[in-house]
Amino acid sequence: MERVVITGMGVLTALGPDREAFWRSLAAGKSGIGPIPEAVGPAPEFGMNCVRFKNAGVVRDYDPEAHFPRKTLTFMDRFAQFAVIAARQAVQDAGIEWTPELRETTAIVTGSCMGGRTAAEVGYWELFHQGRSRVHPLTIPLEMTNAGASHISIDFGIQGPAFTISTACSSSAHAIGQAYWMVRSGAAPMAIAGGAESPLFLGGLKAWEAMRVVSTDTCRPFSADRTGMILGEGAAMLVLEPLDRALGRGARPLGEIVGFGMSADAGHITQPAPDGAALAIRAALRDAALAPEAVGYINAHGTATDVNDRMETAAIRKVFGHHADRLAVSSTKSMHGHTMGAAGAVEAAATVLALRHGILPPTANYNAPDPECDLDVVPNQARAAQVETALSESFAFGGLNAVLAFRAYSG
Amino acid sequence: MSETIQDRVLRVIATTQRIPLERVRPDSTFEELGIDSMDSINILFDLESEFEIEIKDEDAKKIRTIREMVDGVAYLVDAKQKASQQA
Repeated sequence: MERVVITGMGVLTALGPDREAFWRSLAAGKSGIGPIPEAVGPAPEFGMNCVRFKNAGVVRDYDPEAHFPRKTLTFMDRFAQFAVIAARQAVQDAGIEWTPELRETTAIVTGSCMGGRTAAEVGYWELFHQGRSRVHPLTIPLEMTNAGASHISIDFGIQGPAFTISTACSSSAHAIGQAYWMVRSGAAPMAIAGGAESPLFLGGLKAWEAMRVVSTDTCRPFSADRTGMILGEGAAMLVLEPLDRALGRGARPLGEIVGFGMSADAGHITQPAPDGAALAIRAALRDAALAPEAVGYINAHGTATDVNDRMETAAIRKVFGHHADRLAVSSTKSMHGHTMGAAGAVEAAATVLALRHGILPPTANYNAPDPECDLDVVPNQARAAQVETALSESFAFGGLNAVLAFRAYSG
Repeated sequence: MSETIQDRVLRVIATTQRIPLERVRPDSTFEELGIDSMDSINILFDLESEFEIEIKDEDAKKIRTIREMVDGVAYLVDAKQKASQQA
């Protein structure tokens, strides 16, 4: 079995266009959550007036033509653009020098919850509202959830195993986990893994509104006055390589992946259960051969819904016992929002950077302790702490859970 | 005899929850009727359609009993009627 390190990272979120901007905001405890722009989806005349919540983690000042030729953009929904941009950043960061063999064998595993659903919405609008008898011929290729993986492969000419995982809010944690196992086992010599999401189209916003889980305020995980989640868009991609190969080519690892665990609640379609979450945490620790006491930081799923944060606290207490009181647990969703299918990857990036810099990003927007969320949630201020090992937790609607374990790399 | 607001609320709950109308009483608890939080959101959605009202998230979160559903709907229907009389 290979040791697997992260040698490159690309991040595009409401906190800025790249990894540096992302980390600057996280370390400063600065939230990127703000008003959703008026023009959403195909029907801007409906605009945001008909949506009860107004804020999200929006990727701002984004110019697609700065990244892609116009002709290429015809074939790419916003989420697929984000996927390719994050992959380009990650590959550049890793300093990959492509050979024909590497192109033929590198794996691409992406996660997305909704894919290019904006394109589907445009089609529905044409059919059901405008009364047209046809939709755009690229509706399917724009919409498909695997478009991110496909466009990354096309962009780099990568022909190895490539696929997409769609497990709602755990999608890209599952994707990174699968890629990790492929590199660890030797099935692939390198992998680009992560997720991308662009969920801020009108039909999607209305669907989230109907579930009554989105805050009209901001995202306040674990705070007694939390009022729900805040949607976010963006992407994050990691380059994963065997440690020996990375060192052999002179790469500088950013961190190491040491374990991955999955589970299913087998309970309710939307209500999460601590037992299922605890199973995934335990599976990740077992996969990493880690004692619970070795973990110093958890980047929480921390959606700021009433139910998730209570459930997650209970799950952490169940697994870690007394050690739960010595753990730092923060939710960076308080700053970049809930990026759905990209969340696992965005938060994996935050976790790796926290270990690398020796700084734990805070839970921003925190006002008051909730007795049912009585963990050290690193409220509002980042904390200097040299932590060796950390987890990133993802617990999706549908009860599908994925937990990644990371270790600081000090080579 | 015309249906009262309470009758209509109980009918919507029975239909949405797919249980016999006789089981739904004003003093029934959510637990007795097997209504969990997602069921409750489904019922509120159908009540909004039935009465052409809008139930805010903050109010929705507070509702724990059938009685509170009936009272809340009656309040919103009354507010809507007063608003339309003033218009």
